[in-house]
Amino acid sequence: MEDLLLFIFLTFLLAASLSVCFIKKLIHAVIVFGVYSLVMSVIWQMLGSPDLAITEAAAGIGVSVIMIAVVTRLGREDQ
Amino acid sequence: MPDKILREITSLLLPFIQMYGIYVVFHGHLSPGGGFAGGMVLGVSLVLYILVFGLDSCLRKIPHHLSSALESFGTLWYAAVGFVGLLRGASFLMNKGAGIDVGTPGELFSGGLIFIITIGVGVKVASTMLSLFYTLVEED
Repeated sequence: MEDLLLFIFLTFLLAASLSVCFIKKLIHAVIVFGVYSLVMSVIWQMLGSPDLAITEAAAGIGVSVIMIAVVTRLGREDQ
Repeated sequence: MPDKILREITSLLLPFIQMYGIYVVFHGHLSPGGGFAGGMVLGVSLVLYILVFGLDSCLRKIPHHLSSALESFGTLWYAAVGFVGLLRGASFLMNKGAGIDVGTPGELFSGGLIFIITIGVGVKVASTMLSLFYTLVEED
């Protein structure tokens, strides 16, 4: 059961990380990147590493998504 | 300016996020997490505060030079605690070998110097997140 769940999550991770490259609108790409970090955090927890899960939840979902959003917003205002 | 619902929910949720960050930092030697993870949660809570209540309101509470100073303080704190081992006649960052009382395993105030070092790491990571965000936003 857990193997099946892990397989589904890993497939979802692959799809999310590939679609970040091909999505045209920046805001949609940022949201999909946040989903990628969320699934990655759940996978860390399932693999028995809660330490990394907390860090991924804070750094991946919180900081990097916000940083990308701020940087792309500033870039769009310049143009 | 964000709407009223966002502001109310954030002001309700923010103390719990920060308390969880402080909890993770203080239990760094007992449970999963530690200085980095707990400091990151604290830093994210401050960034959330900026996003909802505006940059000026956070700059009034924690100015940019204060967060930069806290960042340096965390690193210097780590080094200063490391020199305790040298001063007691053992090697750098030595904990139990330098004759420091490590207490009972599993209690909150145990682990000797690790407990003190983790607080410095938490302050460092939280203020680094804040300074990074200040630098990115003030760039324009």
